Amino acid sequence: MYVAVKGGERAIENAHAWLAEERRGDTGIAELSIPQIREQLSLAVNRVMAEGSLYDPDLAALAIKQARGDLIEAIFLIRAYRTTLPRFGASKPVDTGAMACDRRISATFKDLPGGQVLGPTFDYTHRLLDFKLAADGEVPAAPSRDADMGEVPHVTEFLNREGLIEEAPKEDTTPPDLTREPMEMPADRALRLQALTRADEGFTLGLAYSTQRGYGRNHAFVGELRIGTVPVEMDIPELGFAIEIGEVTLTECETVNQFTGSKTKPPQFTRGYGLVFGQTERKAISMALVDRALRWEELGEDNVGAPAQDAEFVLYHADNMQATGFLEHIKLPHYVDFQSELELLRKLRREAGADQLQEAAE
Amino acid sequence: MTEYNFAYLDEQTKRMIRRAILKGLAIPGYQVPFASREMPMPYGWGTGGVQVSAAVLTPQDRFKVIDQGADDTTNAVSIRAFFQRTAGVATTTSTGDATVIQTRHRIPEDTLSEGQILVYQVPIPEPLRFLEPRESETRKMHSLQEYGLMHVKLYEDISRHGHIATSYAYPVKVEGRYVMDPSPIPKFDNPKLGDMAAIQLFGAGREQRIYALPPYTQVVSLDFEDHPFEASKADHPCGMCAATDSYLDELIVDDAGGRMFVCSDTDYCEARQAAGHKGKDAA
Repeated sequence: MYVAVKGGERAIENAHAWLAEERRGDTGIAELSIPQIREQLSLAVNRVMAEGSLYDPDLAALAIKQARGDLIEAIFLIRAYRTTLPRFGASKPVDTGAMACDRRISATFKDLPGGQVLGPTFDYTHRLLDFKLAADGEVPAAPSRDADMGEVPHVTEFLNREGLIEEAPKEDTTPPDLTREPMEMPADRALRLQALTRADEGFTLGLAYSTQRGYGRNHAFVGELRIGTVPVEMDIPELGFAIEIGEVTLTECETVNQFTGSKTKPPQFTRGYGLVFGQTERKAISMALVDRALRWEELGEDNVGAPAQDAEFVLYHADNMQATGFLEHIKLPHYVDFQSELELLRKLRREAGADQLQEAAE
Repeated sequence: MTEYNFAYLDEQTKRMIRRAILKGLAIPGYQVPFASREMPMPYGWGTGGVQVSAAVLTPQDRFKVIDQGADDTTNAVSIRAFFQRTAGVATTTSTGDATVIQTRHRIPEDTLSEGQILVYQVPIPEPLRFLEPRESETRKMHSLQEYGLMHVKLYEDISRHGHIATSYAYPVKVEGRYVMDPSPIPKFDNPKLGDMAAIQLFGAGREQRIYALPPYTQVVSLDFEDHPFEASKADHPCGMCAATDSYLDELIVDDAGGRMFVCSDTDYCEARQAAGHKGKDAA
């Protein structure tokens, strides 16, 4: 006996209640606090801020807690919240040259003004599980000294002075905003960079890696990688001048890539660029490599058909909100379309079967 | 819920969407790009339809949501609850009583009337997408009315299978101009698209497109003279209400593969049962 399925509403409510219980886990174990997540899972927080396109460590930590540590789900919570926020205005462009760097390394020069600063990096750690952490996470204070307050100029500026690298001319036009305008092709570099900085880290990493393995190789040197804080300034109409409204941590990667030249221009290195919220260096380096690969056309390179060269492919598939939503929607009922396929297939099979019988009879 | 604006979206966003809708109505079948927002439900789960509904709903509306024809499927329940919370509008499951109907994959069986709006959730708005993956190319093809590729595809179906092997999301031509994807409705529903008294709006959130059919628009399913379009359904009456003119879901009812067929449009089926129609499987 068939009874039409009812009670979807109650099923949903119960599922949500169960989810909340599972999120909390064993109540005999202390609950995670937002500050704990913010302070101790800060790289997860950074990823959520970067791909969520919203710089707010506390909200990102809350999202991670609510999402049970599923970072894409956390990014989703942040993005959905972000769209409801009113927009007061736009900040002035940040000056990464004036960054207070925690980390600044160059793979192209052994030493340079501002120096090499390793900062808090996993590089050179031996990836051995530290069982001490399982018992007691307390660590002695790291040695410190006063920061050098000297300038930390961009490495590419040195190359630029000699004309060894392509110019990156200053652009004062307002870039397009992919959160306010539908993305349309062809996308200029500003729009591509905007899409890449919030792109899925895994997707961007995979694409960047593919360029290193020959799918659109552009031979990148990390000219410079810097992580630190920059002040954010905004013009306040009532005041008539800009004031500092806060600071954000950014990761910036500038790559120095294989050179190009032509009859009219002597050979020069080219640039790839990555800039991402938070300490997110894997993402920033990946972004720079993909940015460089996407520039094949303006640099007069061949399109070798590599995925990372294909702006439409990259930009339409890099957003993990779009990807995960559409991928997971196939969990939704498709009874109706499936039924129509069933009928078509039965009809085709019936006719094929009939034909075969006829052939056999002949 | 007072933290959010009426129907969730802020007024600027709604205005932007309304402009896209108006443009869509002015150019039937043309896909209008719009700055789709991240919604609190995932892309692919009806965000396009939800944004269109949010932009057209008024406090006086009566809102109905169906998924696969049914009011009580989980995602329909979820979307209806969303607008109950954020817009406080009255909801209904009755097709006739609703002023705005958001749908996924079906057109209701009851004929819609003037003053009603049917909002479709659209996954892939581009009818040429699986013939040409590049948006820059397909937009060019539409502007040049270059639809040969689509006819070749339909022809190849016939030469391979003896029939056009598309059973849902069956492409249509609107007012002799744009080839349009009607969203993944079964082709059984295609004849209802044309000459409909209600406004039909199509929202694709992830793909950032809105398109529309104003009332009484000419909509023709693509076909060939010697292979005319044929709307098809399971060749059974409904097991519950005995309707012979409705689209049917097939259910497996026992371990021996026993099947029954029942209307996918739950409101239609229930109304018929209430009027005394009884199918062979009804209690």
